[in-house]
Amino acid sequence: MLAQNGIPTPEDLAGVLPPEERLARGPVAIAECFQNIPCDPCYHSCKQGAIKEFTDINQRPQVDFEKCNGCGSCMSRCPGLAIFVVDATYSDSEALVKIPYEFLPIPEAGETVTAINRAGREVGEARVIRVQNTRAQDRTAIVWLAVPKDLMMEVRHFKVKGVR
Amino acid sequence: MKHTEIAIVGGGPAGLAAALNAAKLGARVHLIDRNDYLGGQLIKQTHRFFGSKEQRASERGIDIARELANQVTASKNIQVMTEATALGYYEDGVLLVEQHKKIFAIKPERLIIATGGAEKTLLFPNNDLPGVYGAGAVQTLVNVFGVKPGKRVLMVGAGNIGVIVSYQLLQAGVEVAAIIEAAPRIGAYWVHASKVVRAGVPIYTRHTIQRAHGHREVTGATVVQLDENWQPVPGTEKEFDVDVICLSVGLTPLTELLWQAGCRMVFVPELGGNVPLRNEHLETSVPGIYVAGDVAGIEEASAAMMEGALAGLNAAASLGYTTESLGLDRRNILAQLEGLRSGPVGEKIRKGLAQALL
Ligand SMILES: Cc1cc2nc3c(=O)[nH]c(=O)nc-3n(C[C@H](O)[C@H](O)[C@H](O)COP(=O)(O)OP(=O)(O)OC[C@H]3O[C@@H](n4cnc5c(N)ncnc54)[C@H](O)[C@@H]3O)c2cc1C
Ligand code: SF4
Ligand code: SF4
Repeated sequence: MLAQNGIPTPEDLAGVLPPEERLARGPVAIAECFQNIPCDPCYHSCKQGAIKEFTDINQRPQVDFEKCNGCGSCMSRCPGLAIFVVDATYSDSEALVKIPYEFLPIPEAGETVTAINRAGREVGEARVIRVQNTRAQDRTAIVWLAVPKDLMMEVRHFKVKGVR
Repeated sequence: MKHTEIAIVGGGPAGLAAALNAAKLGARVHLIDRNDYLGGQLIKQTHRFFGSKEQRASERGIDIARELANQVTASKNIQVMTEATALGYYEDGVLLVEQHKKIFAIKPERLIIATGGAEKTLLFPNNDLPGVYGAGAVQTLVNVFGVKPGKRVLMVGAGNIGVIVSYQLLQAGVEVAAIIEAAPRIGAYWVHASKVVRAGVPIYTRHTIQRAHGHREVTGATVVQLDENWQPVPGTEKEFDVDVICLSVGLTPLTELLWQAGCRMVFVPELGGNVPLRNEHLETSVPGIYVAGDVAGIEEASAAMMEGALAGLNAAASLGYTTESLGLDRRNILAQLEGLRSGPVGEKIRKGLAQALL
């Protein structure tokens, strides 16, 4: 359980995942933020108005999956690095998972990395498709990973090969 | 003897905000810090902050510190004294300050104490071995001086500080074997916890350190599980092969100057230990002495900045300085503070503050 080991349960996740039907229509944000904490930059960073206004700063984020276009702007503003974008339509066999990343070295497009799940365990391999690391992102890079479709709700981190 | 209108001891977020706000009203301020830089704890915080937009959420502490320090240095009304330690405060209202091996006596009309907190430690066999550090010290080594404390770390304490310092150790290329926590729940924000867990660091709640191993330095640690009554469960001992044990078991307010000044103090565990009683203006039981930030109760930088702003405005206002928007500015800050402390994670602070009001 989250409060005991920092790993969200399937029940926690069930409350924040977009419906299958929305996933089938392209990239969308998933806010894996499960606690009422005083924090709201995600709301302020979304230009689509896809994150519901916080009437109380302690509320949890609520993504309006219809308004969200998966642009990922909110990802690098979230101090919890808790927002991911998943694109289930990337190819027939692969999905795209966008991951906020603050470690060195930052991988390059084309590189193969070790895919890691929420518990910190290796679950397979992923291909780096693109790395966004603009000034506006202020040192929180966003790494686009292509992963087998059945892993798109598993992979939430990665390790660069040869680096411990 | 130097005279000044307002002396502020401590140049962390609370002291910086106090100086800026007092100076904005026109008061002449001396800002005193024992470090050779301004910013206090903030200069080590390379992570993004929580909070709301008004409180600079999502900015990194180090960038906030830099900006505030630049504003302070640019202000004509503020005289900054760094590498200057406030040694004592005496009945006649004189503050003694040591700077560059010289002693200065400063007589301020108002005094704002913003000295922050000090790290607590933990009792266990061999806790005096080199390699046992406070988390704040490790953060200073890694983020200020660029020095790795060792190769493999056991973090004791899963509050925000323990978890964030673990994350920053990983960023610096230091391995973190585990984070252990005696309480049954993780104290840190869960998003922080999840971020270190997926980076490969397990968190064990209801676990404590039994002893450190080593002769001349730390070579390992024994960790044991705790039952519902916080008693070790025999047979659950685990050995960790680490060369650093990092203690992150809380901070306690740095209150010596307040005791010396005769401020009425009260022991409030929720605020980290002995804290000064204060009124809603953040004035202590000794008229003219104000407090702000962690010294008034261990909280966080956003709260420290807002308390500092309030203390600065109130101290300057008590000297007769004012502006048209003073009342509104104060109410705004109070409302923001209340918002920050209103949620479930603010409950402890609310309970603590209720016991510290004059
Ligand atoms: C690892 C870590 C992570 C944190 N993360 C966050 C976060 O994400 N968000 C957040 O809001 N807060 C965070 N905090 C908390 C935040 O850093 C503190 O609450 C805040 O810095 C307190 O501000 P302050 O001004 O009261 O004290 P400090 O920042 O501690 O400043 C006190 C200053 O007083 C000086 N001083 C003390 N005694 C004397 C003396 N006698 N003479 C002269 N100078 C003196 C010290 O040198 C110091 O510079 C974190 C803290 C730590 C340790
Ligand atoms: S991904 Fe883009 S559109 Fe979707 S919530 Fe984030 S910022 Fe808004
Ligand atoms: S910015 Fe991140 S941590 Fe903060 S409320 Fe939004 S999702 Fe949660």
